[in-house]
Amino acid sequence: MERDPGPGGARRALGRLLEAVLASRGEANAVFDILAVLQSEDQEEIQEAVRACSRLFGALLERGELFVGQLPPEETVMAGSQGATRKYKMWMRHRYHSCCNCLGELLAHPSFQVKELALGTLMKFVQLEGAHPLEKPKWEGNYLFPRPLFKMVVEGLLSLEEDRSLLLSQFREYLEHDDIRYHTMQAASDVVARVANGHPEVSWLGPVSGGGQWACGVLVLRQRLWQVPLIFCNNAFMLLSAVSLPRQESDISSFYVRRTELLDKWKVTHLKEHRRAFQLMWLGFLKHKLPLSICKKVLVIMHDSILPHLAQPSLMIDFLTRAYDIGGAISLLALNGLFILIHKHNLEYPDFYRKLYGLLDPSVFHVKYRARFFHLADLFLSSSHLPAYLVAAFAKRLSRLALTAPPEALLMVLPFICNLLRRHPACRVLVHRPGGPELDADPYDPGEEDPAKSRALESSLWELQALQRHYHPEVSKAASVINQVLSVPEVSLAPLLELTAFEVFERDLKKGPESVPLEFIPARGLLGRRDDLCAQHFTLS
Amino acid sequence: MGKARSAGARRKAPGIPVGARGGRARPNPNPFEVKINRQKFQVLGRKTRHDVGLPGVSRARAIQKRTQTLLKEYKERDKSNVFTDKRFGEYNSNISPEEKMMKRFALEQQRQHEKKSIYNLNEDEELTHYGQSLADIEKHNDIVDSDSDADEPGTLSAELTAAHFGGGGGLLHKKTSQQEGEEGEKPKSRKALIEELIAKSKQEKRERQAQREDALELTEKLDQDWKEIQTLLAHKTPKSENRDKKEKPKPDAYDMMVRELGFEMKAQPSNRMKTEEELAKEEQERLRSLEAERLRRMLGKDDENSRRPSHMSADDLSDGFILGEDDRRLLSYKDGKMNVEEEQSREASDGESEEEEGEDSGEEDPEESDDPDGHSDLESDGESEEGSGTPEKERRHAPGKRLTSDGQKAREAARTELPYTFVAPESFEELKSLLSGKSIEEQLLVVERIQKCNHPSLAVGNKAKLEKLFGFLLEYVGDLATNDPPDLRVIDKLVVQLYNLCQMFPESASDSIKFVLRDAMHEMEGMIETKGRAAFPGLDVCPVRCLQDVVKGLFVCCVFLDYVSLSQRFIPELINFLLGILYIATPNKQNQGYTLVHPFRAFGKNSELLLVSDEEDMATWQRKSLSLHWASGLKAQTKTEANHTRLSCLAVCLALVKRCVLMYGVLPSFHDITRPLRALLTEHLADCSHPRELQELCQSILTEMENQKHHCQPLICEKSKPVPLKLFTPRLVKVLEFGRKQGSSKEEQERKRLIHKHKREFKGAVREIRKDNQFLARMQLSEIMERDAERKRKVKQLFNSLATQEGEWKALKRKKFKK
Repeated sequence: MERDPGPGGARRALGRLLEAVLASRGEANAVFDILAVLQSEDQEEIQEAVRACSRLFGALLERGELFVGQLPPEETVMAGSQGATRKYKMWMRHRYHSCCNCLGELLAHPSFQVKELALGTLMKFVQLEGAHPLEKPKWEGNYLFPRPLFKMVVEGLLSLEEDRSLLLSQFREYLEHDDIRYHTMQAASDVVARVANGHPEVSWLGPVSGGGQWACGVLVLRQRLWQVPLIFCNNAFMLLSAVSLPRQESDISSFYVRRTELLDKWKVTHLKEHRRAFQLMWLGFLKHKLPLSICKKVLVIMHDSILPHLAQPSLMIDFLTRAYDIGGAISLLALNGLFILIHKHNLEYPDFYRKLYGLLDPSVFHVKYRARFFHLADLFLSSSHLPAYLVAAFAKRLSRLALTAPPEALLMVLPFICNLLRRHPACRVLVHRPGGPELDADPYDPGEEDPAKSRALESSLWELQALQRHYHPEVSKAASVINQVLSVPEVSLAPLLELTAFEVFERDLKKGPESVPLEFIPARGLLGRRDDLCAQHFTLS
Repeated sequence: MGKARSAGARRKAPGIPVGARGGRARPNPNPFEVKINRQKFQVLGRKTRHDVGLPGVSRARAIQKRTQTLLKEYKERDKSNVFTDKRFGEYNSNISPEEKMMKRFALEQQRQHEKKSIYNLNEDEELTHYGQSLADIEKHNDIVDSDSDADEPGTLSAELTAAHFGGGGGLLHKKTSQQEGEEGEKPKSRKALIEELIAKSKQEKRERQAQREDALELTEKLDQDWKEIQTLLAHKTPKSENRDKKEKPKPDAYDMMVRELGFEMKAQPSNRMKTEEELAKEEQERLRSLEAERLRRMLGKDDENSRRPSHMSADDLSDGFILGEDDRRLLSYKDGKMNVEEEQSREASDGESEEEEGEDSGEEDPEESDDPDGHSDLESDGESEEGSGTPEKERRHAPGKRLTSDGQKAREAARTELPYTFVAPESFEELKSLLSGKSIEEQLLVVERIQKCNHPSLAVGNKAKLEKLFGFLLEYVGDLATNDPPDLRVIDKLVVQLYNLCQMFPESASDSIKFVLRDAMHEMEGMIETKGRAAFPGLDVCPVRCLQDVVKGLFVCCVFLDYVSLSQRFIPELINFLLGILYIATPNKQNQGYTLVHPFRAFGKNSELLLVSDEEDMATWQRKSLSLHWASGLKAQTKTEANHTRLSCLAVCLALVKRCVLMYGVLPSFHDITRPLRALLTEHLADCSHPRELQELCQSILTEMENQKHHCQPLICEKSKPVPLKLFTPRLVKVLEFGRKQGSSKEEQERKRLIHKHKREFKGAVREIRKDNQFLARMQLSEIMERDAERKRKVKQLFNSLATQEGEWKALKRKKFKK
């Protein structure tokens, strides 16, 4: 093949070759030239070649000029004594295979344009091959789908070395088609299983001793090497989370590979099968050890887009309990999924409240998922059948933690505690114990892990009394509620849950014009007067 | 109503028999005409208006009304001519009846006059007064000298006036009656009457005069007598004028006292206190005059007459020179040469010149931009420079060289001296250009003078100007703070100015501070979102990564604690931060008893930031205040210095902890709050590697903590008021109308009421119309009947006459026959 300088030349040359091959079978050998360009160094040339291949094999597939059926190896084809046409078809089918392989390799090309083009071409082949299957139907109405080719595509997407998030987001639009989605799920479970099995499985790390100290847990987890590579996990998660099942059976109607008629016995037309595949895929993915970041991501979408689509949601219990045992933010997130399982799927979870109690540590007010956690905690503690000691322990623990909380969290947690007391009148002794003996020390034991033994009911909420002296007036007001008999209606937490420091700040700034209080002692300078703290400890020079 | 009725009754009285009409008027109505609406139940308080009705009366009234109105209309239905009343102003109520009559009379006269004048040329109409011809009256013109009677000028005798002017109707009547009385014997002529009157009045006058003279005589006599008696009575000065003085008794002690008190020196009104405005005005006046003098000095116009101002400006050269006489001539020389001169003259003396020049140049910009006077100064400078070509040499060799240089110096001083008046800056840039390049004192002075020149009491717009100034100053301070290194000293001084301005305009100051705060907050929000850290974060926002962060945090803690020192508010973030600082000053270990909160991590890169391991540094450390420059990113020069700073930070931290412990000792859960701190402090103590001073501090904090009592009084809610029992007081509803239409809202009731009223009125109207129609029909019927009767009568008459005619004719015929 003559090499003209510049992409224009390449395109013209390729066009000529393409015409020749399509025009007469005698020129078939020019295919080799086209395929050779696929391995070129130049990005432009590769793109041209990919386009040429796409047109060439697309045309051939439509014409039916590729061999249909079990393909014998190339040597036997050449040596065999079949007719010339059959030989040609077999030979061409082999070229088609090598072309597909090349394209699969191009999915790892550094240039994104090439990757995108290769993906598009492969998907086009998938579509054409689905319409003109290259294998013989075994019976009438047999459902045929180019599975090997498609699996190759999925494998290319789930790379072990490179973050393919851009390509995956391109792929997302194909996932809107039901058949593609179904086969993606199947292929993805295969690929994940294969990758994970390539690395020997190690049992999941048990719960870190010491429960609440999740920071230590994280550290320990990080020190071990991950068996499944992080990049692969990321890619897999991208792909898996992009799969979203339709809600209703009737929604399955859009197919990527055009079919003349849909047969009822095809698995791909049933939502149940989709769900099964979905479940297999997620369980297969989640049973492996995953990095914490992926764990978090999975847990964030768990309640919304995974659990409702599973055929048997209770199977997710393994993953959720393991996550719940890790502690810290992960536990907070796992809580949501667990709640759905407990609430909707009748799951028994021993020591649930004890663990929830264990989750309460000072960091709970500073994590990102505070709102979600307190929303759930509110749900869990809303039952009126909880024993008083448990609720008292929670109230006491929360008020103890409130001593280190920022104002925006305090504005939320103080009404939370008051709501607890409202729901459970037996706990009101925490704020109202007339005639009780004066104590030397707080009987509450903060170190005790079992809420039953924490002796919270014998204590009082002195912490709230201390918070009545908080510097923020709103907080002080909220804490002063306990001075009176609690009003009957509960305070709605919903608007308080998402409160941020910035919102609190803005609200304070926007407060209407009141008389401006002024410092009456004249200022002496930047550091204040001589006896001020600043002046004592700092100098200007 | 009653009135009308009675009037109607009276009117009816003569003709129509009273019958039904008089029913109401009579005290005892005919019982057969009274219809009584019997009430089933007596309702207390209900006013019954329709219990007794007089149907006959009301029917008669209605019929009468119809005859007056409807019947009239009916009768005049085919008539098109209208009666118009053309009497002047008959229906005009604006004109009073007298006026009306006058006009009418005038009109009538006019009409008559016009008619007559064509033919009667000489005929004057006779003017009359009370029916007497005026011409007649004028004929006896007697002059009564009324002015001779000076005592009572207004009261001419009534008869006289009556005789002259005819006024006073009563009098006239009296007179006429008098005349009527006298009429019998002899009617006096008018002339005689007048004469009589005159004579009478003259006599009266004479009598009065005589009386007065008598009185005068008598008083004189009395005086004389009195004088004589007076001399007899008291042997004192026989003056009649100060009689009362004589009579005054000798003042007793009380009176003396009263007088004395009365005449006692009262507090003299001194010069009143000057109001703030006046003070401001004076201050501005002073500054203005100083400015004027400065300008004069700068231009060299200072002559011997102008006394040296007593005020010494802050940067005045106090070299004590006095301007000599010769200056005046030489002052036209200018800078260009002057610098050389100066260098020559100051070779040894002072090295300040360079500095001053620098300031000078820095100062020129603001003058140019702000001060119109300054600008003109510069121009004139330029001119004089041009013209100074020739005298230059002269001056070179002038004998009074010393003096010249002194003069130059003075000018130089005046130049470097600040202007005394400033225009308030309109933008931040202006302020910046005013202040930049000046020394601290000068900047302060500038700001102070701007304030004084624009005191709000001096002009209306000054308030807004100063309010703006606050914002600009704030911005300027922010600018200074972001400099590298920050200009802390200037800020330190400017804070005082800010404070003063703030005291003057609290609202606007708080607004601008809020604005700055919001800006900072937004910036921080953005920074944290993008980078995860901000320049000057709150105590719990960003992780502490370096010594700078520690110093910043400690400073914020200090400020915070200062602010709550009086209110003793609880600040969880502060405790957390101090805990974190203590933690990063200890070696990491798995510990129990405390948990670190958000910005600090138990493990990791910065978890031993403040740990000092160098024994030697530890030993050489001296406790001293931290420099604020650390907060702005000062880097430690040596490792020792860094270590020393670390220890200082720790010391500050411990001091703050101590302060917190003292302050929060009264809080109910003090021990729960400080438990982590205590655990860490014991660790610090156990460490034993710290300098002695710090260890002592730790120890004292721990003992303080121990000393705080546990406050574990069980909580008790305040007793709330018991909810009052339900009482069965009736509900009060305002009754707008009796009946079923109750229990709805006021608007609804009002609407229903209106609907009801409309319905009632409608019914009434229909009834009225029906009755009208009946009445009319009745009238028409009677009319027809009347007509028929008339016709019948006429026909009968005709027949009668015909019959008689026939009879006569027959009789005649019979006669003929008989004949």
